Amino acid sequence: MRKFTLIGIPYLWLLILFLVPFLIVIKISLSDAAVSIPPYTPKLDLSQGWAGIIAFFSALDFENYVFLSTDDLYWKAYLSSLQIAAISTFFALLVGFPIAYGMAQAPDEWRPTLMMLVILPFWTSFLIRVYAWMGILSTEGFLNQFLLWLGVIDAPLTILNTQNAVYIGIVYTYLPFMILPIYSALEKLDTSLIEAAEDLGCSRTKAFWLITVPLSRPGIIAGCFLVFIPALGEFVIPSLLGGSETLMIGKVLWEEFFNNRDWPVASAVAVVLLLILIIPIVLFQRNEQKQREAGK
Amino acid sequence: MRRMSWFNVTSLTIGFAVLYLPMVILVVYSFNESKLVTVWSGFSTKWYGELFSNQSYLDAAWVTIKVAVAASTVATVLGTMAALVLVRVGRFPGRTLFSGMIYAPLVMPEVITGLSLLLLFISMGVDRGIFTIVLAHTTFAMCYVSVVVSSRLVTFDQSLEEAALDLGCSPFNAFRLITLPIIAPAVISGWLLAFTLSLDDLVIASFTAGPSATTLPIKIFSAVRLGLSPEINALSTIMIGIVAVAVIGTSLATKRAAVRAQRDEQAAARATG
Repeated sequence: MRKFTLIGIPYLWLLILFLVPFLIVIKISLSDAAVSIPPYTPKLDLSQGWAGIIAFFSALDFENYVFLSTDDLYWKAYLSSLQIAAISTFFALLVGFPIAYGMAQAPDEWRPTLMMLVILPFWTSFLIRVYAWMGILSTEGFLNQFLLWLGVIDAPLTILNTQNAVYIGIVYTYLPFMILPIYSALEKLDTSLIEAAEDLGCSRTKAFWLITVPLSRPGIIAGCFLVFIPALGEFVIPSLLGGSETLMIGKVLWEEFFNNRDWPVASAVAVVLLLILIIPIVLFQRNEQKQREAGK
Repeated sequence: MRRMSWFNVTSLTIGFAVLYLPMVILVVYSFNESKLVTVWSGFSTKWYGELFSNQSYLDAAWVTIKVAVAASTVATVLGTMAALVLVRVGRFPGRTLFSGMIYAPLVMPEVITGLSLLLLFISMGVDRGIFTIVLAHTTFAMCYVSVVVSSRLVTFDQSLEEAALDLGCSPFNAFRLITLPIIAPAVISGWLLAFTLSLDDLVIASFTAGPSATTLPIKIFSAVRLGLSPEINALSTIMIGIVAVAVIGTSLATKRAAVRAQRDEQAAARATG
């Protein structure tokens, strides 16, 4: 009896507030848009019982999905989200790896402090961290002031409201996600392996590429997925730092829902986004599983 | 002791400078006299005054705190229960679905979670407001709590609880007297995580809030969409300050507790040895 309540309460909660909403999204994605409140015509009417379900399947069409594939806005948005997420992940790795490496090389007594310094931004509001870059990247912003003062440029650069600002925003806000898994992989690395390689005549750079990088690979993979997956559906960064030409699917979904009030299309956009996300999520899970097994 | 190469020192210095400089600039310029956020014209605290005289910000802050306290508390209870189910209860019908529903919200894009919950509330005819935000935040925060708590439960020695049960403790009392005190640090950090997640959330709250309730992130977002604002700088500074004090304070407290525990252990070892 006790076991039943223990399982039952969280189970029921998640069924009602996670699974059912999701099924509703799928159902609405198969409905027609209409000018009414709520703004769609439901096709599945469960109150009619079996007759309703049969009517639903006989009239089933995927017109919202067909619409997604014919209007090239959506194609472009999906592709450019994938591209932005991939490029940002690459730069996050480029910036994050040296930091994680430096942390792993630091004296033992510094490490807890360095760890805390990486985690601290996590606790600060995401929105505030993105907002901070608006002041840095704007035309009269601090970066332009600094570069003008250095004399590197003659006229201020336009960075805010471009794709570049989106890259900077994603790399900055998700950097801790990249640093932490790489650091935890590098920290476990047996340094005597590198010493052995050096004793046997390997150069430092060669030892780095032949030993450090392959052994920290699970951390690198985990870090890349932890940046790539959330970046793909990002909404706040493209809408604050990106310009009108920055197409990201999270922003498209938001606008479809709030500005165009086209719920069926917004739902179809959500379903397709999730289908795209399944591949990286499964790969990520497999990487984690492999690491857990290696740990045993 | 190993010596750090110049490369490591530079990469750490530049790395941490990049992580913290944007926030430092934000804080410094919140004390700027000028309405133009990026042009320094003298020290002033007037934007803090403006902020505190603006009732809509205070109202939004109050709504946000109420939502965060309610959501994180319910999420901690549900998340701990879910963690117990995941770690302790063996097989039961629907276990795969259960663990799937725990892990899926962690990787689900916020726009999808928000959209799906909004569609649920509308189809059930629930009036949107503080209550619906609490329900939404509880749902995704409980998954984070259960991950944090279950990682502690895995390392927990179950024979302690079994001993209590053998000695005639009721299952609930055994949980309350043995298990809960041991997993308490994980439960507390789960609550803190849930609290900050709720405090921070913009996207899910925007979908589920409805016109009657505005949280601080919604308010900030609608203000910064129009551009930089010195009031938002002041507000951000206050929020960064609270977080810094809380996190540093907690880590010092846990460090001190760890040192004390170690000393006690050594004293006990000496007394018995």
